[in-house]
Amino acid sequence: MPYDAPSDLETFRQEVRDWLEENCPQSMRTPQPEDEVVWGGRREKFKNPDSKVWLERMAERGWTAPHWPKEYGGGGLDREQVKVLNQEMSRINARIPLHSFGLWMFGPALLEFGNEEQKKRFIPDIIHGRTRWCQGYSEPGAGSDLAGLQTKCEDKGDHYLINGQKVWTSYADQADWIFCLVRTDNTVKHEGISFILFDMASEGVETRPIKLISGSSPFCETFFNDVKVPKDQLVGEVNGGWKIAKRLLQFERSSISASGFGSARGSGMLELEEYAKIHVGTDSDGKLLDGDLRGRIADHQMYTKAFGLTVRRSQEQAKAGQEVGHTASIIKYAAAKMNQDKHELMIEALGTEGLGWEGEGFDKGAKMVTRGWLRSKGNSIEGGTSEINLNVVAKRVLGLRDHQ
Amino acid sequence: MSFVLTEDQEMLRDTAINFTRDELPVKHLRGLRDSGKNGVDPEGRQKLAELGFFGVLIPEEYDGVGMGMVALGQVMEAQGRTLASTPLLQTACIGASAILLGGSEAQKQEWLPKIASGEVTTALALDEGSHHNPAGVATEAERDGQGYTLNGAKKYVQDGHHADVFIVVARTFGEAGDKHGLTLFLVPRDANGVSVQTLNTVDSHGAAHLTLEDVHVPESHVLGAPDKGMDILEPVLDRGRIALAAEMLGSSRAAFEMTHEYLQTRKQFGQLIGSFQALQHRAAKMFTDLELTTSCVSAALSAVDEQRNDIAELASLAKAMAGETVHLVSNDTVQLHGGIGMTDEHEAGFYMKRARVQEALLGSASFHRDRFAQINGY
Repeated sequence: MPYDAPSDLETFRQEVRDWLEENCPQSMRTPQPEDEVVWGGRREKFKNPDSKVWLERMAERGWTAPHWPKEYGGGGLDREQVKVLNQEMSRINARIPLHSFGLWMFGPALLEFGNEEQKKRFIPDIIHGRTRWCQGYSEPGAGSDLAGLQTKCEDKGDHYLINGQKVWTSYADQADWIFCLVRTDNTVKHEGISFILFDMASEGVETRPIKLISGSSPFCETFFNDVKVPKDQLVGEVNGGWKIAKRLLQFERSSISASGFGSARGSGMLELEEYAKIHVGTDSDGKLLDGDLRGRIADHQMYTKAFGLTVRRSQEQAKAGQEVGHTASIIKYAAAKMNQDKHELMIEALGTEGLGWEGEGFDKGAKMVTRGWLRSKGNSIEGGTSEINLNVVAKRVLGLRDHQ
Repeated sequence: MSFVLTEDQEMLRDTAINFTRDELPVKHLRGLRDSGKNGVDPEGRQKLAELGFFGVLIPEEYDGVGMGMVALGQVMEAQGRTLASTPLLQTACIGASAILLGGSEAQKQEWLPKIASGEVTTALALDEGSHHNPAGVATEAERDGQGYTLNGAKKYVQDGHHADVFIVVARTFGEAGDKHGLTLFLVPRDANGVSVQTLNTVDSHGAAHLTLEDVHVPESHVLGAPDKGMDILEPVLDRGRIALAAEMLGSSRAAFEMTHEYLQTRKQFGQLIGSFQALQHRAAKMFTDLELTTSCVSAALSAVDEQRNDIAELASLAKAMAGETVHLVSNDTVQLHGGIGMTDEHEAGFYMKRARVQEALLGSASFHRDRFAQINGY
C-alpha cells in the first residue's frame, strides 16, 4: 500500500515510531547473528522466519530504499526523513532488513544511467530483495588498473556474446544476476568498455569460490564461456560503460565507509578496550597495566572519533550545499586504516587468546577477532587499494600532475 | 554539533584571515625577531583591539561582541596561518573565560570591559615544571589579614613577558598533585614581589618565568571559590586547548599550502617534483590528517557554544590531533622543500619552530591521549 509521508518531521517521526512498533517483529530488535543476515534473492533461506516478514513489510513501504523514487517502488523520502527513519530504527535496535549490492551500488547507478524500461524491470526486485546482484569488475589482469579489463563482448546481431573471466566477484555463487564490465572495443582503453547485465543462471556461466587467509570464501572466480545476453540488457551507450563504472565505484566506496567495515556490536565480539581490560588487566584506578598499549589504543580511538566526526561534517556540509568531494575522498583510505589498526590492536590485546583458529579452548568472540584480523587485511585492497586512493587524492583533489 | 559556519562567523573568518595576511604575515614575525622585540607587538595589539578580537567571547553587557567559541576559533585559525604573535589565546580566550566562569559580578564589571577594549592583557601562570600538569601546583597561598600571601615559581608562562595581569594558580590546601586545594588569583604585573624573567624562545614569540616572593593579594582579587580552583581551571584550560588547536590547524594548513605550491613549481630530473608518487602520497596523507583534524577542531569549538557535556573529551581529541598534524606537516614542509627549507631565509623553519611550542603548550599529544583514555574509562 503506497504511503505518503507527512511533510512535518515530528508528525512523520510519530508515524514511523507507531508503524515500527506495530510491524517490526520482536526478534528483529535483537542483535543479528551472522547467519541471520538477509541478502535476498532466489537462494535466500530466511533462517529466522521473522526476517522474511520484516523484509516484506519494509519493502512494501519502499523503506529498504527509503530515498529512492516512489515510481520504482522506493520510499520517496527526503534526506531529513531518511534520517528520522534511521534514528527510529536504531532507537528500537531494529535490524537492517536487507543487505544488498543492489541497494548499495548497482541500484543508485541504474537510477542514474539506466533507461526507463531497465529501471522498471530491475529496481523493484532490488527493493524487495527478490534479486541478488553481484559485481563483475576485477579480472586476473585488471585489479588496480581496472580499465585494463579484457572480458570480450561481441555484437552478434540479435544478442551479445560474452567470453572471459572475472575474479574477486563477491558472492558470485550466491547471486542471481551480475552487473558486469566488458570490452566492446579493443582499440581503445577506457572508451572501449560497456556496462552489461545478465542472469547468472545463463548457460556458460561458472563460479568457483576462493578461500581466503581468514578461512572464509566471500569471493569467487567467475568464468564466462559463450554467454548469450539479450541486447536490451546493456546499460547506457555501447563503449560508454566507464563513466557508469566510476560512478558505481563512488557508491561502493561511500557504502564501505558508511558501514566503517562493520562494528563489534551484536556479533558476540567485544570492543577493543573491553578485551584489553580483560586480558591485560587494570590498576586500582582502572588504567590498563600496559602503558604502551594503552597509549596506542587511545591513539586509535582518537582516530576513530575523528573519522566519525569527519563523516558527520561531510554530511552536514553536503546538506548545506557545500562542496564535499575533498572530504569524501579521504574517507575510504581512512576507514581501511582504522579497521586494520583496530584488529591489530585487538589481536595484541587478546594475547594468545587471539591465536585460536577453530574448535574448543578459545572464546567464540575471540575466534571471530582472529578471522576478522585476517579479513581486515583486504580492506586496503578491495574497492580501490589505499595506494590508488592516495593517487586519487593527490591527482583529483590536490591537482598534482603525472610525469610530463 | 555544527560543522557549518553562520554568516556572521563566516564574515569574521574572512576579516581575520585578510587581517593576518596583510598586517601580521610571517615576515612581520621575522621583523619582530630581528629587531629584538621577542614577540612583543604593541601596534599589533592595538589593531586587534580595533577589530574587536579581544571581546569575541565577552558578552555585550561587558562591552564585548559575545560571538562565542566557534567565532574565536576562526580568529585563532587565522593567526595560526601566519604564526602571528598576539595575546589573543591568553587574553581573549583564557583570561576572558576565567573571569566569565569564575569571576564575581564586580570582577566581571571591572575586568571584562578592559579586556574587550585591549586595555588589559592577561597570562595564566600555572605550570611549574617543564610539562603541563595542572594538579602539580606547589606555589603556596597563605591567608593573611586582608587576603593572601603568595610564594612560588612559575615556568614558561605564555605572554608572561608582556601581560598586564597574571592569573596565578596557587595552593591554599593540600599538596602538589592534589586536584583539590587550588585557588586562582589576579595578580597585576607590577605587584610587589613579582619578578619576571624574560625568555627568548625558539618560536620568537617569547615567554617568561615568574617568581612570586611574599606577593600580597587582596580578597577582591581571588577568582572563584578558594580551594575549588580546579572547577574553573579545567573548563578554562579546555577552552584554551580548543582555541590553541584551532591556531595549530591554521598553522598546519598554511604550511601545507606552502608545500603544495612548492610541489607544483619545483622541478628536478626535468619533472615537477609533485609528479613523483612518493611525494604525492605524502601530500595525500597530510591532506587526510588535515581533514580529520578540521573535523575535531570544529566539533570541539561548537561543543563549547552548545555547552555539551563532552567538552573535555573533545578538547583532548582536538589538541592531540592538532598536535600530531602540525608536527607532521611542519616537519614534512622542511623535508619537501629540501635544502631551501633548512635556510633561515625561508619560512618553513618558522612553522616547525612554532609547532614545537604549540605542541607543548596546555598539554602535549601524549598528555591528551592519557586524558582521553582516562575519560573513556581505561
